[in-house]
Amino acid sequence: MSTLSVAEIENLKSTARKLRRDIIEMVYRAGSGHPGGALSVLDILVVLYYKVMCIDPASPQDRERDRLVLSKGHACPALYAVLADLGFFPSDWLWELRKTGCPLQGHPDMRKTPGVEMSTGSLGQGLSAANGMALAARLDNSGRRIFAILGDGEIQEGQIWEAALSASHFRLDNLTAVLDYNGLQIDGWLRDVKSLEPVAEKWKAFGWNVLEVDGHDYTSLLEAIKKALEHRGAPSMIIAHTVKGKGISFMENQPDWHGKAPGEEEYRQALAELDTQEGEGVR
Amino acid sequence: MSEKIATRDVYGKTLVELGRTREDIVVLDADLSKSTKTALFAGEYPQRFFNMGISEADMMGTAAGLAASGYISFVSTFGVFAAGRAYDQVRNSIAYTRLNVRIVATHAGLTVGEDGASHQTLEDIALMRVLPNMTVVVPADGYQTRQALFELVDYPGPVYLRLGRPKVPRVILEGTVFQVGKGQLLKEGRDVALIATGIMNGMALEAAAVLKGEGIDAAVVNIHTIKPLDRRLLSEVAADTGAVVTAEEHSVIGGLGSAVAEVLAETCPVPMLRVGVKDSFGESGAPDELMQKYGLTSFHLVEAARSVLRAKKKKEGRPPK
Repeated sequence: MSTLSVAEIENLKSTARKLRRDIIEMVYRAGSGHPGGALSVLDILVVLYYKVMCIDPASPQDRERDRLVLSKGHACPALYAVLADLGFFPSDWLWELRKTGCPLQGHPDMRKTPGVEMSTGSLGQGLSAANGMALAARLDNSGRRIFAILGDGEIQEGQIWEAALSASHFRLDNLTAVLDYNGLQIDGWLRDVKSLEPVAEKWKAFGWNVLEVDGHDYTSLLEAIKKALEHRGAPSMIIAHTVKGKGISFMENQPDWHGKAPGEEEYRQALAELDTQEGEGVR
Repeated sequence: MSEKIATRDVYGKTLVELGRTREDIVVLDADLSKSTKTALFAGEYPQRFFNMGISEADMMGTAAGLAASGYISFVSTFGVFAAGRAYDQVRNSIAYTRLNVRIVATHAGLTVGEDGASHQTLEDIALMRVLPNMTVVVPADGYQTRQALFELVDYPGPVYLRLGRPKVPRVILEGTVFQVGKGQLLKEGRDVALIATGIMNGMALEAAAVLKGEGIDAAVVNIHTIKPLDRRLLSEVAADTGAVVTAEEHSVIGGLGSAVAEVLAETCPVPMLRVGVKDSFGESGAPDELMQKYGLTSFHLVEAARSVLRAKKKKEGRPPK
């Protein structure tokens, strides 16, 4: 895992555009779901899954694999798109998201979906589970790494702060959490509903190694993750500043797109925008 | 009857015993390890013990993460916190995920005593048995607690094991086989069935002795596993006796009595009464006095048996349509 070359960055951008198309397609076909948070977290997942994590879709239960807990479970269209692209399950499944009998549930289910490490959806619970996985890795004398992806609205849950204390108390330096800080929650801007600020200081005060990055910049993200993995003696929190609905102009920074599927017109427009970006080579 | 012993004391000792050979056992507690007796395990195997502090929700999630990584997690705190405070964590991170977490909850029921209603869970059986995938076990005494722990270590999926605070008498005879989901006929009888769980088994046996003096032949059934429930045994004793009394140190809503009523309503409806706490919170007091005040003694079981026998006679006396 070294610095990204120009070609690698272009590859990641291209992958992300494809995955964004998948997310739009999935949610459109499902007729419900959470596109906003899926689009904001996607670039974080892309860097982790394509450049950092040691995983093998052919043996998803390998004891030594790295683990990622998507604590903000409602963003699962992004995770499903990544897992399908990597080959954890057939891509056909994506188009049945949220349909009766489909293994891809509205929120992640570890028993139904290969590659999903923990069932989440009821917010605030994933960090505790990730802590447990980090403790297990230590008991096993294993070098495997544990990642937890938290939503910004999610960390209004008290359990997150119980888990924050635990991770630093147990010095879980094999744990890296990433905060998808898009600033929006269902009812509006976090700063209006219930502010997190000063959020970096809070995690520092809880004993974490805190890094702050642009959550859509692959080079910065990878650098922060590297620093987090090298840090000893404390867990790391990467505060990733993101844009809710990232990549689709009319979804960006709009609270309404937290949990709503695009209609036919919006669906076409979203795909057209992604096509244009592909042509222009921008993300 | 041998010396009295608290089920939580047996738990602490048995965990140490299990931990000796089973390196995949980890134990978590939320600052109550001296009371739940997990401190004994902590003393022997400090690397595999995690004191999570006063954070029950976090503890349940952490136990799930350890279990998802191949460990068998024993999680302990008082019943009121395990089943109540951390309910959503138990539901979503443990039951829904079918992980091998053993929630061993101590200090259940009225016999918590002086600490009062805030600490006396009378709802935990109801809360746990309604969860899919959850196994719910309430051992009758210390002997059965040890047997249950050995049996439950490798039982697939999540388990809620309900233990108490005080020392309780031995009721299970040496050599009695413990099998998850299999009720035990502690005493045979033809006239009425006393169906008990946990410490109420002792009282059911006492009540049966009193009833015998009155010429009433009472059966005593120990339902140590509330879920999965032994439907066959319950239906058989109901059919054999034609009258049922349930007994639990728990609310009459949602616990053993409700579970038995659900089965018998479908398989063998007979006159039935539920002995338990009548939809109320507990209060501070000496455990024995509270059990008396809230109607959970052998005397109350005798009364209920007489009453249900009157209903049975009335039913039998009813002329056919």
